[in-house]
Amino acid sequence: MLKRPAFYLDTQICTGCKTCIIACKDKHDLPAGVRWRRVVEFTGGDWDCLPDGTFNQNVFAYYISVSCNHCQDPVCVKACPSKAMHQDDHGIVTVDPEKCVGCRYCEWVCPYSAPQFDKKLGRMTKCDFCREDLQQGAPPACVAGCPTRALQFGEYDQLAAEYGSDPPMIPMPPTALTKPSFVLETHRDAQLEHARKGTIGNPEEVKDA
Amino acid sequence: MNTIRTYDKVVWSTCNVNCGSRCPVRLFVKAGRVVRIESDNTGDDASRPHEIRACLRGRGLRRWVYSKDRLQHPLKRIGKRGEGRFERISWDQALDTIATELERILKQYGNEAVFRIYGTGNLGGVVSSRDQVDRLMHILGGRLNLHNSYSTAQIYHAMHYTYGEKETGNNISDLVNSKLAVFFGNNPAETRMCGGGTVRDLVLAKQQSGVRIIVIDPRHTDTAAGFADEWIPIRPGTDAALVGGLAHVLITEGLVDQGFLDSHCLGYDQATMPRDIPPGNSYKAYILGEGPDRIPKTPEWAAPITGIPARRITRLAREIGTARPAYITQGWGPQRHAAGEQSARAICMLPILTGNVGMPGGNSGDREGPFGIPFPGIPVGDNPVKTSIPCFMWTRAIDAPHNLTALNGGLRGRERLTTPIKFIWNFASNTLINQHSDINRTKEILRNEKKCEMIVVIDNMMTASARFADILLPATSSFEESDLCYQSYGMELGTLIMRQKAIEPLGESRTLFDICAQVAKRMGVAENFTEGRNHDQWVEYMYHQCRKVKPELPENYRDAVETGIFKWARPGEPRVGLKEFRNDPVSNPLNTPSGKIEIFSPRLWDMAQTWELPKGDVITALPEYHPTWGNLDPERSPMYPLQCIGHHYKQRTHSTYDNNPWLEEAAPQMVWMNPLDARQRDIHHRDTVRIFNTFGQTMVRAKVTPRIMPGVLSLPQGAWHREVAGGVDANGSINVLTSQRPSPIAKGNPQHTNLVQVEKFQEKS
Ligand code: SF4
Repeated sequence: MLKRPAFYLDTQICTGCKTCIIACKDKHDLPAGVRWRRVVEFTGGDWDCLPDGTFNQNVFAYYISVSCNHCQDPVCVKACPSKAMHQDDHGIVTVDPEKCVGCRYCEWVCPYSAPQFDKKLGRMTKCDFCREDLQQGAPPACVAGCPTRALQFGEYDQLAAEYGSDPPMIPMPPTALTKPSFVLETHRDAQLEHARKGTIGNPEEVKDA
Repeated sequence: MNTIRTYDKVVWSTCNVNCGSRCPVRLFVKAGRVVRIESDNTGDDASRPHEIRACLRGRGLRRWVYSKDRLQHPLKRIGKRGEGRFERISWDQALDTIATELERILKQYGNEAVFRIYGTGNLGGVVSSRDQVDRLMHILGGRLNLHNSYSTAQIYHAMHYTYGEKETGNNISDLVNSKLAVFFGNNPAETRMCGGGTVRDLVLAKQQSGVRIIVIDPRHTDTAAGFADEWIPIRPGTDAALVGGLAHVLITEGLVDQGFLDSHCLGYDQATMPRDIPPGNSYKAYILGEGPDRIPKTPEWAAPITGIPARRITRLAREIGTARPAYITQGWGPQRHAAGEQSARAICMLPILTGNVGMPGGNSGDREGPFGIPFPGIPVGDNPVKTSIPCFMWTRAIDAPHNLTALNGGLRGRERLTTPIKFIWNFASNTLINQHSDINRTKEILRNEKKCEMIVVIDNMMTASARFADILLPATSSFEESDLCYQSYGMELGTLIMRQKAIEPLGESRTLFDICAQVAKRMGVAENFTEGRNHDQWVEYMYHQCRKVKPELPENYRDAVETGIFKWARPGEPRVGLKEFRNDPVSNPLNTPSGKIEIFSPRLWDMAQTWELPKGDVITALPEYHPTWGNLDPERSPMYPLQCIGHHYKQRTHSTYDNNPWLEEAAPQMVWMNPLDARQRDIHHRDTVRIFNTFGQTMVRAKVTPRIMPGVLSLPQGAWHREVAGGVDANGSINVLTSQRPSPIAKGNPQHTNLVQVEKFQEKS
């Protein structure tokens, strides 16, 4: 078992296909509205209409697949009033179903909205890094399913050493907030000056209205 | 993995849709139900053949198979056709009715009255294939043939007239040898999503060589997001105009490969024109304005048509002209238009002019070429009927058969259709309503029970087409029947997957083979049809036919099942299309009448004189740009000022899987709209909008995004048509907006050519 398992995403080749989402849904039998993994589409750019009917534009888009980042500094654990949210020795953060009262504080404080409220159960559920599989040396369902191999997992220290852990890509929150076990290869367009003015293009996909 | 121990068994299965891939999946079965799905995990993913990882759709199969829309029992229509009112009947009643009606119609009208409609909802299983219907009908004396496909009608004809060959493309892996790649409307990230197919090979090639990729598309696709170094938005249907502007720069700046054009091509300039054609009709004359229209096709000419600034066109031409080799390719979007044949031919002009055809790292301008193992299908026998309609022309073959001729509708085998379609076999197809153009018109034609007299639908789900059945039969899904499945056309590796029945058929569903065998029995041809084998015996029999192609497969069928999956990497270097012709055009002529690349097509020149076309349509011997009925007329202020295309969407394959709630949540149906167009109409992201034109109207939520060019909407094709009051579609089903007017040469579906208006939907209080 890894000491501190972490996800790694090469956003240069993530095409936003969402296979990771469905692999996760299938493995954990998740109902609609419960999104352990989400794919954020970040997009922007302006259109300039020229008098001859032609256009100039500087449009860009990229995708970031995020689940729970099993942070070193998990704000959800700190915020949980019933001590249901807890972290194991490997840094994996999970909810104790016996203790969770469904107050949704964790969802609110988590900058990634990772903990998900299951209406039917009346409590929170979330990504557990497919811990059982990990213990057997097998990859988590999302990683095993990734068609472009953009999503990987590994030892946090190694991934961070290889790819660096800072600075985060827009629109990811500053890593200092929670110290996520999530390492990103930055998409080329995230460097663009105007990328800062981009927006999340698919709010309806990542969260219910 | 310990989790496996908690299941009763794990069996190999497949995803059987028409996406161009054929993904294996492993089904985890517990107490007679599939409770989990995983992808291929065989071999070493670091080297070829890689793991063939299913996309989100294959991973979501469980929610599809166990859908509430699953058909469970044979049904017979009770209301008027299309009302969707049915009563449950027994299999015997259903099969008797089919046999009786088929016999009556064969007797009364003859075999040409029976049609197996185009459909690809269940593809890639050898024994579960639609071929069974064809086999049965051929034994019974034949059926009306069809040619073309809804995917490729126009490009197929473009390639036929230009190269005389099929699949002329280099493998996508050949990008490692390229200096530049230009993708016209080619979007493997959404149309070839399998993680063992094209998108995977594209990732590898890009990572290995860093080749610069330019995507030309009205929409900033996921291929553009994932791989493009630059995106050039273009107005739909104007690719041929862009090529005109590019060609002008290439020619005037001396960037053409004159030697190649002289030795390999017909009609570039006067020197290689066919002798009996009047002067001034060469390609060079057309581009330079020395042809009949006297218009030089300069970048300034192309700019307002395409929406691309002239300076950008010039720069692109210089890039294409100086990068050797360049991989210029097109998907199937540019061709699915009113004059799609011309766009497809025109795009091929770029590699032809620059001599990139038949070269490593180059391409013919066709879509990337596949690699696969030629495993056999079941024997379907000869069809005694020779008459064939373009698959898109079937509504006319019902409604106005005498107006369907060789010269006006691409009919083959006869000058004029003599028999209307009276009996339709609709297996795993939503073409009957959902995927054919102009749903409202199609419904009107089918509602007339005197015209088409019998519709038999065999499917898994209650689709829009199923609602038009007279007899509706529940078919087993891939989970419920064994078969052999091999690689599809969007892959660069060979596979043979030993699909095993994982669960018992849901409800009373039966295999297509069983259904056809039962009809055969009632028609007195059981023995001919089955050859004494049942479904599973056919699978085993076909396995041994496959062994003739790959003798290294285990001798024993059971051993093969035990292994479950076989994969073969593409041997050697990536395939280079037309290489032999390139190396020696005299010894290896093409299959065109001249044996050369026909830039000027004498066959099209003749067709232009003889074919009967509606006003506004043209056939030209050169790949010229002509506006169509789908272009906006800037002189007028039109009622329908927006073009609407219908991109392929990750949520489903065509219309299959549209009813999977997991996929709907991950990728909801929305129409893409530029913020400039939205602002003018006070439309905000997520608002429900109404899109309409003379054919119909649909309601859908808006995705307001800069990723689509102004003046263009993109409504993902394939959403299940749901009619609400007054013939309005409530589910963003694009075919209430599309036209049945076929393209000039192929008589193909122009389903990306649409003019529409959009407005915010106001709920009446
Ligand atoms: S839809 Fe195509 S790519 Fe996706 S799983 Fe099925 S066969 Fe594979």
